[in-house]
Amino acid sequence: MSSTKKIYIAGFGGQGVLLIGQMLAYAALFDDKEVTWMPAYGPEMRGGTANCTVCISDKPIASPVITECDILIAMNGASLAKFEHMVVPGGELFVNTGLCPNPPKRKDINVHYVDCTNIAEEKLNSNKVANMVMLGAVNKIANIASLDTMFKVFEYTLKGPKAKLIPLNMRAMEAWSE
Amino acid sequence: MAEKKLMKGNEAFAVAAIAAGCRYYFGYPITPQNEVPEYMARELRAAGGHFIQAESELASISFIYGAAAAGARCMTSSSSIGIALMQEGIGSCIICELPCVIINVMRGGPGIGSIQPAQADYTMVTKGGMNGDAHNIVYAPSTIQEAVDMIYKAFDVADDYRNPVIICVDGMIGQMMEPVVVPEFKPVLEEKDIEKVKPWALCGHKNKRDRNKINSVWLDHTELEVAINERIWPKYERAMKELPEWESKNLEGAEAVFVAYGSTARIAVEAMELLEEEGIKIGLIRPKTLWPFPDAAFDEIDKETTKVVISVELSMGQMLQDIKLALEGRYPTALINRVGGMLLTPNEIVERTKAVLGGMK
Repeated sequence: MSSTKKIYIAGFGGQGVLLIGQMLAYAALFDDKEVTWMPAYGPEMRGGTANCTVCISDKPIASPVITECDILIAMNGASLAKFEHMVVPGGELFVNTGLCPNPPKRKDINVHYVDCTNIAEEKLNSNKVANMVMLGAVNKIANIASLDTMFKVFEYTLKGPKAKLIPLNMRAMEAWSE
Repeated sequence: MAEKKLMKGNEAFAVAAIAAGCRYYFGYPITPQNEVPEYMARELRAAGGHFIQAESELASISFIYGAAAAGARCMTSSSSIGIALMQEGIGSCIICELPCVIINVMRGGPGIGSIQPAQADYTMVTKGGMNGDAHNIVYAPSTIQEAVDMIYKAFDVADDYRNPVIICVDGMIGQMMEPVVVPEFKPVLEEKDIEKVKPWALCGHKNKRDRNKINSVWLDHTELEVAINERIWPKYERAMKELPEWESKNLEGAEAVFVAYGSTARIAVEAMELLEEEGIKIGLIRPKTLWPFPDAAFDEIDKETTKVVISVELSMGQMLQDIKLALEGRYPTALINRVGGMLLTPNEIVERTKAVLGGMK
């Protein structure tokens, strides 16, 4: 088993799938780790498929292309059905409960149910940070980065007039618990 | 140490060009390199430069011809079929000895093709596309940092050789993000100094010297032969001595040697690690320059152990031809490839390598 953490994030355009990946990549960068972020690109559109790969490691990353992952974030049912097989045995699967009506089939992986849209609306009173609630859940379970690092990530990515959104995003990091 | 930034490949290419002193960019949109012109449109003016969205790739390369003739550091970028459209202009830049940098973020072809990563422009960029006796100098980086460093250097190489330099990457390197350190911004050549540094440039003789001429028409064909023999080709002979770059890995004791460049080399390295876990030792030669091809790299192969040299590429054996020329019949060769915009995975390379080695026994 290599020391590289391979993360696959899949959903549809508009859910902030690529952004979850970028936030993980920034967190890795700020923790002085090696990282690659690679989107599956194509004729993108809102509602079309959107997915990306993030590899985080202590040593330089050879292939940013992966065929299996340690962590899968399934933001909708179609992605869950299509990519569940990629998770290594013992790996982590995060399911966006609200959009995944059928439960995962695998028994040899750790499944975490994250109802991120509802949590965002009910706990945080926002319909825009569901993806960040998911990011917080992944970060908590998979130990990607400390909350201090996540704060640095938001400080770096939310500048100027957007800086007022940092507290909301930080609350999203801690909104979910198993 | 300078700050590491997380950057998308295409954006990093643009920053590297500006850092290298490029102040003129001309381009026409095409996936998967659109972030290059997008970044230039946003940032180049602030850096004191000029961005022009050309009406086609033919116009882009013609703008380059003009800007380079005037002595400016200039760049264009495109993808595969867009580079194909530029060939006439690239040839003109070569015979007129105009330095420029061209980024090709390759996608599937031929024709308009697909928008996914490919390496099928190998022959076009290394051996022609343009008419006449001509070469591009071609760099093939495999990480975003290496691309940044190569682009930074490419402007100096272009000026030194007075020849176009092509940076050949694929959609994967263009679209992905990695941490990069952007090099220090070089001072830009000021207009008043162009004449000193580039005495051939068309910057106005002010009645103080003979006028410079830059022209790609040679009605006296005896002069054209002299130009090719005495000006163009000696530069290429020097390039073949000075420019080849490559990386070698694990050649000692290797049963087979992969030859792979760009993004494919990264995937090949992971396949090598997987094969090593199964006790199969594979070496790697990664050409960093595609032209001049690093022939000398192949002298380092372990004669005692190596049974086969395998070209791992996203094209139908285009690089394999150069490998065979470099090997001069010393080793059998094989090809592991995907085309059309399909990528190799580490596992596929592992399985196909075993099949190649199995067939040799």
